Amino acid sequence: MKDQTYLDRESNLTPGISKISAKNVNVYYDDVQALKDVSVEIGKNAVTSFIGPSGCGKSTFLRCLNRMNDTIDICKVTGQILLEGEDIYDPKIDPVQLRAKVGMVFQKPNPFPKSVYDNIAYGPKIHGLANTKSDLDEIVEKSLQRAAIWDEVKDRLSSPATGLSGGQQQRICIARAIATSPDILLMDEPCSALDPIATAQVEELIDELRENFCVVIVTHSMQQAARVSQKTAFFHLGSLVEFGDTEKIFTNPNDPRTESYITGRIG
Amino acid sequence: MTETSHTNSLFNVSDKTKNRNAAERRFRIYGILAISIGLLMLLVLASTIILRGTSAFQQTFITLDVDLLESKLDKKGNRNVDDIKKVSTFGYSPILLNAMKKVLEKHEIRTSLKKKALGGIISKSAPSQIRDFVLEDVNRIGQTVEFKFLVNGWIDGYIKGRYSRESVANSKFASAEQFDLIDQLLEVGVVEKKFNFDFIFGADASDQRPEAAGIGVAMVGSFYLMLVVLVLSLPLGVAASIYLEEFAKQNIFTDVIEVTISNLAAVPSIVFGILGLAVFINYMHLPQSTPIVGGLVLTLMTLPTIIISTRASLKSVPPSIRDAALGLGASKMQTVFHHVLPLAAPGILTGTIIGMAQALGESAPLLLIGMIGYVATNMPTTISEGLLSPNSAMPAQIYEWAKRADPAFIERAWGGIIILLIFLLTMNTMAVILRRRFERRW
Amino acid sequence: MALNGVFYSLMILAFLAFFVSRFLTLKTVKGDIRRLHSRPVYYGLNSLFLTGFPAVILLIFWSFAQSILIDEKVKQQIPENFITEDAPLNLIMSEVDRLSEGLKQLVDQGTLSAAKIKNEDSELFGIEDKLESAGVFLSSSISPEVLSASRAKFAMEAFGSSIRNWLAILVSVLGFLWSLKNSTAEFRARNHVERITLFLLGTAATLAIFTSLGIVLSMIFEALRFFGMHPWTDFFFGSTWAPSFSAGSELSILPLLWGTLYISFVALLVSVPIGLYSAIYLSEYASKPIRAIAKPLLEILAGIPTIVYGLFALTTFGPLLRYFFGDGGFLGVEWMSDSRSVITAGVVMGMMLIPFVSSLSDDIINAVPQSLRDGSYGLGATQSETVRKVILPAALPGIIGAILLAASRAIGETMIVVLGAGAVAKFAGNPLEALTTITTRIVSQLTGDLEFDSPETLVAFALGLTLFTITLGLNVLALYIVRKYREQYE
Repeated sequence: MKDQTYLDRESNLTPGISKISAKNVNVYYDDVQALKDVSVEIGKNAVTSFIGPSGCGKSTFLRCLNRMNDTIDICKVTGQILLEGEDIYDPKIDPVQLRAKVGMVFQKPNPFPKSVYDNIAYGPKIHGLANTKSDLDEIVEKSLQRAAIWDEVKDRLSSPATGLSGGQQQRICIARAIATSPDILLMDEPCSALDPIATAQVEELIDELRENFCVVIVTHSMQQAARVSQKTAFFHLGSLVEFGDTEKIFTNPNDPRTESYITGRIG
Repeated sequence: MTETSHTNSLFNVSDKTKNRNAAERRFRIYGILAISIGLLMLLVLASTIILRGTSAFQQTFITLDVDLLESKLDKKGNRNVDDIKKVSTFGYSPILLNAMKKVLEKHEIRTSLKKKALGGIISKSAPSQIRDFVLEDVNRIGQTVEFKFLVNGWIDGYIKGRYSRESVANSKFASAEQFDLIDQLLEVGVVEKKFNFDFIFGADASDQRPEAAGIGVAMVGSFYLMLVVLVLSLPLGVAASIYLEEFAKQNIFTDVIEVTISNLAAVPSIVFGILGLAVFINYMHLPQSTPIVGGLVLTLMTLPTIIISTRASLKSVPPSIRDAALGLGASKMQTVFHHVLPLAAPGILTGTIIGMAQALGESAPLLLIGMIGYVATNMPTTISEGLLSPNSAMPAQIYEWAKRADPAFIERAWGGIIILLIFLLTMNTMAVILRRRFERRW
Repeated sequence: MALNGVFYSLMILAFLAFFVSRFLTLKTVKGDIRRLHSRPVYYGLNSLFLTGFPAVILLIFWSFAQSILIDEKVKQQIPENFITEDAPLNLIMSEVDRLSEGLKQLVDQGTLSAAKIKNEDSELFGIEDKLESAGVFLSSSISPEVLSASRAKFAMEAFGSSIRNWLAILVSVLGFLWSLKNSTAEFRARNHVERITLFLLGTAATLAIFTSLGIVLSMIFEALRFFGMHPWTDFFFGSTWAPSFSAGSELSILPLLWGTLYISFVALLVSVPIGLYSAIYLSEYASKPIRAIAKPLLEILAGIPTIVYGLFALTTFGPLLRYFFGDGGFLGVEWMSDSRSVITAGVVMGMMLIPFVSSLSDDIINAVPQSLRDGSYGLGATQSETVRKVILPAALPGIIGAILLAASRAIGETMIVVLGAGAVAKFAGNPLEALTTITTRIVSQLTGDLEFDSPETLVAFALGLTLFTITLGLNVLALYIVRKYREQYE
C-alpha cells in the first residue's frame, strides 16, 4: 500500500478544532523580552494571519511553532506549545521530526541551487518518505500541482530552480515545503519580496492550500490578511492584543489598540 | 494509515530519524576528530622543538688556569707583535695540555689518558681563543690567566645524555675513559654546564667544532636582509597600491597588472630564487651570497603580499572621507596623501610586518643565491659591509646545520629554530597588537 | 669618482635645490604665500625633481651602456689564439673583471697610481703580490694578455666614468636653473609635481609586470640554452634522471614529476579531509569560545617556516616511521630503508597545508547565504544533512578551487622535500621509499660544483620553467572555476 493517504484526505472547509494550542509563551533574546505571555489557539483547515507593526514579535512567534528559534543561540523560549496535544518543546522530541510536520516558507524565496526536481525531492528524501524512484516522482508531481506551478515547470524539472522568476521561485519553495506532507504550513511574509502579479498568484494558492493544510501566515499588509485569512491575531509590542475572526477584527475590533492599528494611527 | 509520519505521535522517534541522528553524531565526531588531529600535530611540533632545541642553549665548559709561557709563545722575548703572530694555533696546544695536567694534579685526579686524548677533551677552538687573547695585548705573556673553554662536542653530548659509554666504544672522537675523567672533573666543579651566550651571538663554526657554532652572524645577515626588504618593498608596495587603487583607470592594462600580482603571490618561492640567480647574479653581476641579492629576491616575493594587504586597507577607508576632502578643494593626490594614507596606515603596517615575518622564514630562494654553505665567521662592521659581504641568514644557517649529520649540529639546528620562532612570534604579536589598537570600525 | 659618490652628491644637490628654490620663490612674492599658485613646498619639490631625476636617469643609462660597450671592446682586445676550450671567453672575461676591480682597489689604497696603470708603456712590477696583499683572489698567475686587457678596461672605465659624472652634474645644474626660471607666482607648481608623482606611482605598479616578465624571460632564456644542448623530446618524454659528471647525462623530467605528484597527493590526502572537516565543524558547529581558540591555533601551523617542517621530517617523523616500518623495527618488516620517504615528506607537508585548506574552506562555507541553511532546517534536515546536501554542493566550486591552490602549493614546496624526501629519481610505487621531486633537483643542480654552462646546471632552468607553468596553470584554473560557478546562488 502506498503511503499516499495524505493526498486523499477528506477536505473540511469549515475551520475545525485546534491544531496548535499555545499557552503563556515568552521569548527572550538574551535579556531582551521579545514575546510576553502569548496564548492562542490555531485551528485546522483555516488560514490564520498574524498582523502587527514591525518588531511586534509576530515573526518570532511564528518561528517558535517549528522551533526554528533553536538555531539562534541567545534565544530562550518558555511556556507551552501543543501540536495535536503534544508539547513540541518536550526534550524527548526531535525538532527534526517536528519540522517535517510543520513546514515553513520564508520571506525571500530561497530555492536551493539545484534542479527543480531536486528541490522538491529534498524533504521526502531525507525523511525517507518514498521507497522507490516512482514514488518520489509522484510526490514531486503532486506537490508541484498543489502549488499551482506544475504546468509551468513540468518540462524543465532538471533545470536549476534559481533560473525561475521571483514568483515562480516562491511557489517552488511552497511546493518544497508541502512535499513532506506537513499538517501545518507556516508562511513568514511570503509575498513581501514579490511583484503584484506574483503576489496575486501566491494568495490564490494560499486559499487552495487551506483545503489540506492548516496555514499560519505572517503579513505586514492588512489588506492581504483581510483577503486570505479566516482568523487574525494582532500583535503589538510583544503581546497578543486580540485574536478573532478576520471580519470582526477589521470591522469591529474589541481592543482600542487594534482599532488604532487598522485605522493607521499606529504602525 | 499506520506508517505515515504525521499521524504518528511526535514522541515516536522513527527508525529513520534515529539513523539520521546517529549519522549526525558521527559527523560531529569527525569534525572534532579533525580539529583534534590538527591541534595534536601542533602540539607534537611544539614539543619537539622545545625538547630538542633547548639543550643547544647550554654548553659544557671547562675552567683552566693557563700559564702563558714565554718559552712557547715569544721565544725571542722581545714582545714583538709580528713575531708572536707567527706562532700558529698549533703552538698553543702544548700550553693547553700543561694547563690540563696542572688541574688534574691540583685535584689529585689520576687518569690513564695519553696526551692526545687528554687534550682532545677540550674543543679545537680553544687554542685560537688563547691566541686571540694574547694578540690583543702581548704583555699578557708570562701571566697565568683563568680561561673558560668549550668542551669537545662529543663530551658535551655525553653530558647532555646523547652518548653513553657503549655508543662511543668504536669512535675515534671520544672514549669511555674520557667520560670517566669528565665525571670526576664535574664533581670538583672544573667542568660545568652553563648557559651558552655564544650560541646566540657567536658565529658558525666548521664541521669539527659543533660546540662552538653560533647563530649570531646569521642573525645579523637576516637583519640586513630584512632591512633591504623593508626599505624596498614598503615604498614600492605602497606606491603601486596607491596607483592601482586610487588613480588607475579600468582598462586592459590595469587588468593585466592585477592578474599578474595575484599570480605572483602564488608562485613557488624557489622560482624567485632561480630569478635571483639568473638576473641578479649572472646578468647584473651582483656579489653572490650577499644580503643585498637575498634582499632583492625576498622583496620581489613580499611585494605582492604587501600590495594586496595595502589595497585592502586603502579600500576600507570610506568614500565619505575622500568626498569631504575633495569637497574642500583638495586635489586627488592631496586627498590620498593627507587623508586616506594616514587612515590606512595601521592596516598597511600590519600587512608589512606579516609580509616581513614570512620573508624572515624563507630559505628556499636563499639556497640558490648562495647564502648557504658559507661559514660566516665575522660580524660585519659597517652597513655596506653588512649588505655586500657574503653572509648567511637564520633559516639558511639552520638548513646548513641540518645537513651535517652530527647530532650536535642537529641540536643546534633545533636551537636555531627556537630563536627564529621567537622572532616570528614577536613580529606577529606586534602585528596583532597594532591591528587591535588602531583598528577602526567605520 | 665612484658611482655611489656621484649618486650621493646628486641627492645633496637636489635637497639644496629644494630649499633654495623655495626660498627664492617666497622672495618673489615678498613672503606673502597667498599670492602663490601653490603652496611653497611644491615649488621646492619641483626643483628637487628637476635637479635630481634627469641626472639620475642619465647615470643609470650611461652606466648600463658603458658597461656593455666596454665589455665588447675589451673582448675584441683578447687575441684569438688565447681563447681555448679550457679557457673559454667568459672565464677569461671574469678574470679580466676581477683583475680590473683589483686594480681599482690598489689605486684606492694608494699602492698604485692610476696614471701608471693607464700608461701602456709602463710595466707593473710585482703586481701579483700587491694584489694578493690587498686581498684580491687570484686563480693562477696572471698572463700578460689578461693583464693588458684589464688595464685597458680600467682606463676605459675611468675615462667613461669621469665623463659620465661631469655630464650628470651638468644636467643636474641645468635642471636646477630651469626650475628656477619657473619659480614664479603664477607657475602651477603643484600640478607639475603631482603629475610627476603620478608617473612615479605608475612606474611602481608596472614593476610587478616587469618582475613577472623577468621571471619568465630569464628562465626561458636559460632553458632555451639548455634545450640547445639536450633534446627537448628527451627532457619531456624520457624516463630516466641520472646526471653525471662526464658526458651522457640522462635528464628527463618525468621521474621527477612522478615524485612531485606522488608526494603532493599524499599531502592532499592528509590535509584535505582534516582541513575540510575542521572548517565545517568550526563554522557550523563550534561555539564562539571554541572557535576563538581553535582557529588561531590552527593558523599557527601556517606561520611556521617550512625549514622547521623539513627538520621535523628529517629528524623526528622519518626515524619514527623507520622505527615501525624499517628493518629491525617494531613491525619487523623491511619496507623502509631510509628515514626519508614519500610518506615522511607527504605527511609533514600535509600538516603544513591543513590551515591553508581550512581557512580557504572556512571563507567559502561562510559565503553560502544563511537563507539556504534556513530553508534546509525548515524542512527538518539535521545539521549534517544540511552541510552534506545543501552547503557543500553550493560551496563545491570554491572548495575545488581551494584544493587546486593547495595542490599548487604542495607542488612548489621545496624545503620539506629537500630534507624529507630524498634523492632517488625513479617511478617507484612504495610510499615508504625515498623519492625526489622537481624542486629538490633544482636545488641540487644549482648548488653543486658544476660549471654554469653545462647542461646539468642549465637543466634546472628548464625544470623551473616547467614548475612555474604547472603552478600558474593550477592557480588560473582555480580562479576560473571559482568565478564561473559562483553565480549559482546570486
